[in-house]
Amino acid sequence: MDMLSSPPHPMTRTHRFYTYAAPSRFYALAGRLLPGLWLLAAGLAALGLYLAFFKAPTDATQGQAYRILFIHVPAAWLSMLLYLALAFWAAIGWAFKARMASLLARAIAPTGAGFTVIALLSGALWGQPSWGSWWVWDARLTSELILLFLYLGYLALVHAIEDPQRADPAGALLALVGVVNVPIIYFSVRWWNTLHQGASISLTAAPRMAETMLQALAVMSLACWAYAFAVIFTRARGLILERERDKAWVQALSKKGQAT
Amino acid sequence: MNWHSAADFFHMDGYGFFVWGSYGSALLWMLVEVGLARRRHSQALLQLSEEDVA
Repeated sequence: MDMLSSPPHPMTRTHRFYTYAAPSRFYALAGRLLPGLWLLAAGLAALGLYLAFFKAPTDATQGQAYRILFIHVPAAWLSMLLYLALAFWAAIGWAFKARMASLLARAIAPTGAGFTVIALLSGALWGQPSWGSWWVWDARLTSELILLFLYLGYLALVHAIEDPQRADPAGALLALVGVVNVPIIYFSVRWWNTLHQGASISLTAAPRMAETMLQALAVMSLACWAYAFAVIFTRARGLILERERDKAWVQALSKKGQAT
Repeated sequence: MNWHSAADFFHMDGYGFFVWGSYGSALLWMLVEVGLARRRHSQALLQLSEEDVA
């Protein structure tokens, strides 16, 4: 297909992880994975929505309004996990001067911010019919709003500093400081008396949910994961080309017209 | 089966606005996000090929 996908020399097999740390390798690998990822995301979303609306029973106390859960909870999970992923890759990029890791952190940020907005918005649309209010300054809601500001702050910071050599460490520092907010969000419903309900699913106790509801939630979460990978890889490929445009491999890519 | 008709499905026992508002806004954001990410990649490619010609 192209020169980047030639079979690896046996000696390089053990270094596989590191080879994808090179933007050129990551670009090629992400390009090969993307069609499958989009397909997976669409398939899982179709199955998840089917389970969420046609298989999961009506909730005894909340009626149909509870079906917001199947988008709200996966979005909230992703908003926190993507933040941790962002901070992790930003830190790796900072500590090891790994270009690809810093680029990945940048690629994750808009998607993480998006899931935070989805969680907040679906939460407001759930709060109004069940609590009688779109918004309350409750610990869970407030800390999730702070998460959105952390994402936006990170994006504003790395875009404000033109030189990536200085922008990426600054972004990493902000991202790392913000990590403290993630356990606060997660445990807020336990640490404080919140209007927001506690976790219905935990690793230590049986879930307080019907089996089909759990299945729908699991499939919707996987769909959100597949979507997140697909859109982040797409964005990362654009960022790579922008940042590496003067590098020989990018020039070669455009000359051969194989950069799809 | 939870629903007796399509109207029943969209009505969601009176919670239609809230349920469909949640899913609709999520879908809308995802469409916009995918569009922006893909455009960013294709514009980077376009810029490369233009520099190539120049």
